[in-house]
Amino acid sequence: MRALLKMSWVEGKLFLREPVGAFFTLVFPLMLLFVFGSVFGNDPNEFMGGLGSVDVSTPAYIGMIIGTVGLMSGPISLAVYRDQGVLRRFRAAPVSPAVVIGAQVIIYFLMTVLGVALLVTAAYFAYDVRLPEDPLGVAAGFCLALASFLAAGFALASALPTARTTQIVATAVFYPMLFLGGAGVPRQVMPETIRRISEFLPLTHVNILISDLWFGKGWQPVSAAVLAGMLVVGLILSARIFRWE
Amino acid sequence: MEIVIQAEHLRKTYRSVVAVEDVTLSIRQGEVFGIVGPNGAGKTTTVECMMGLRQPDGGTVRVLGLDPLQQGMELRRRIGVQLQQAALPDRLKVWEALDLYASFYDQPADWSVLLEEWGLADKRNASFASLSGGQRQRLFIALSLINNPELVFLDELTTGLDPQARRATWDHIRAIRKRGTTVVLVTHFMDEAEQLCDRVAIIDRGRIIALDTPRALIHETHPESRVRFTLQNGFDPRLLEQVEGVNRVIRDGDEVTVYGNGPLMARIAVILAEHHIAAPDLRSEQPTLEDVFLTLTGRHIR
Repeated sequence: MRALLKMSWVEGKLFLREPVGAFFTLVFPLMLLFVFGSVFGNDPNEFMGGLGSVDVSTPAYIGMIIGTVGLMSGPISLAVYRDQGVLRRFRAAPVSPAVVIGAQVIIYFLMTVLGVALLVTAAYFAYDVRLPEDPLGVAAGFCLALASFLAAGFALASALPTARTTQIVATAVFYPMLFLGGAGVPRQVMPETIRRISEFLPLTHVNILISDLWFGKGWQPVSAAVLAGMLVVGLILSARIFRWE
Repeated sequence: MEIVIQAEHLRKTYRSVVAVEDVTLSIRQGEVFGIVGPNGAGKTTTVECMMGLRQPDGGTVRVLGLDPLQQGMELRRRIGVQLQQAALPDRLKVWEALDLYASFYDQPADWSVLLEEWGLADKRNASFASLSGGQRQRLFIALSLINNPELVFLDELTTGLDPQARRATWDHIRAIRKRGTTVVLVTHFMDEAEQLCDRVAIIDRGRIIALDTPRALIHETHPESRVRFTLQNGFDPRLLEQVEGVNRVIRDGDEVTVYGNGPLMARIAVILAEHHIAAPDLRSEQPTLEDVFLTLTGRHIR
């Protein structure tokens, strides 16, 4: 237990020392919020069922934070640790793999929550964003989404040979998902075909799941199932193929 | 005499390559045991099997009475390890690394003392990435001792260090040994093995080709001594073949090497003096473990 706490504390410090990870998790969502918020504002809009642009985009930004951490920061830093020999050195110490990975998961979780908190606070005070109807539901949905993306991300890092390839593939997968999922243009105003395509992307389902919970529409079963499935598959794959060096 | 490591018929293959074949050895408590050989010989693989980082394909190994694979956690609490190709997170500070690793053990040493001992006190707040090769090595050694282990594995400890740092590291190993810690030293530097090890196992292409004290190994394979000097003034080195104890005289350009037994140097000096030859670089070369390796395998270690 002491090792887990110490390891988590150290990983937290390391996360904040890494400008890129900290930036995309904590700062970039705020930038998007203010850029799009200043262009589109948050006035109720009939296209979006009486919601404002910021209202609709906030869950998408939360999805972005989840995707950034789960698909990029998490797997890439794990792959870098593996390639450099950091995991190898940990393996020679009496620390269990669960502690090593667990500490990372704890920190990603905390940092993501921090990013979301900053985002929602800013959206509230700057654009009077609608607060969630079902905060506990949103929190649960958030946990499911983050867990499933982390599991998928770790499986990706396990499957690919180097940190570099992990970074390339993760980036190539993430950015299209991000903008097709509604972080740029809200899904409600997308052309039909693009919206259909976006339904095949996991990040879109994060957006749908959290949006529905946010606006009091309950759990979207398809989205929840997709994410739960990703979680299970990701966990099984990672457990099977993860290498320590 | 307590045996701390017992390996029997150890075997490890990677796909079609046999990395380690039929390795059997016993390491005694308190000794500095060298596992020496060229790069790729199977030294690191052997030691990784002892540490539980690799699963052997055949044979058994017991370390401190424990099975490294089944009882890995317990074993790792009692040993220290300094690995090749290991690293720490780039932005981790030196003191943070020591503090973190100390938290893995129940009764760690005081890491600020270790910082001092290994000359890292002024690098306390430096990030791992900013350390030089020598500093990193010292940090890894300090980490290997953080739990006051009974047994330490050191893999290629002085690679990349300048000569001064190497000598200083050797002193540190002698100090570790003095505390009663058993040391398993993996190295391809034969001079290091000769200087530090009580016994060595020479490994080549996955097999142990010799195992004994350095002195015994040298004596068994090289009963001859060797004297060298640079030829001058038209002296015919073949005259030396008549000297008592000389087995053969080899000439390579101006460089003469005389192989033989007994007080070779003194006798040759006498002959040279009789012929009024001054040979200021006349020197006696003791055979080394490198020579042992060459004799046993027909190849140079590098």
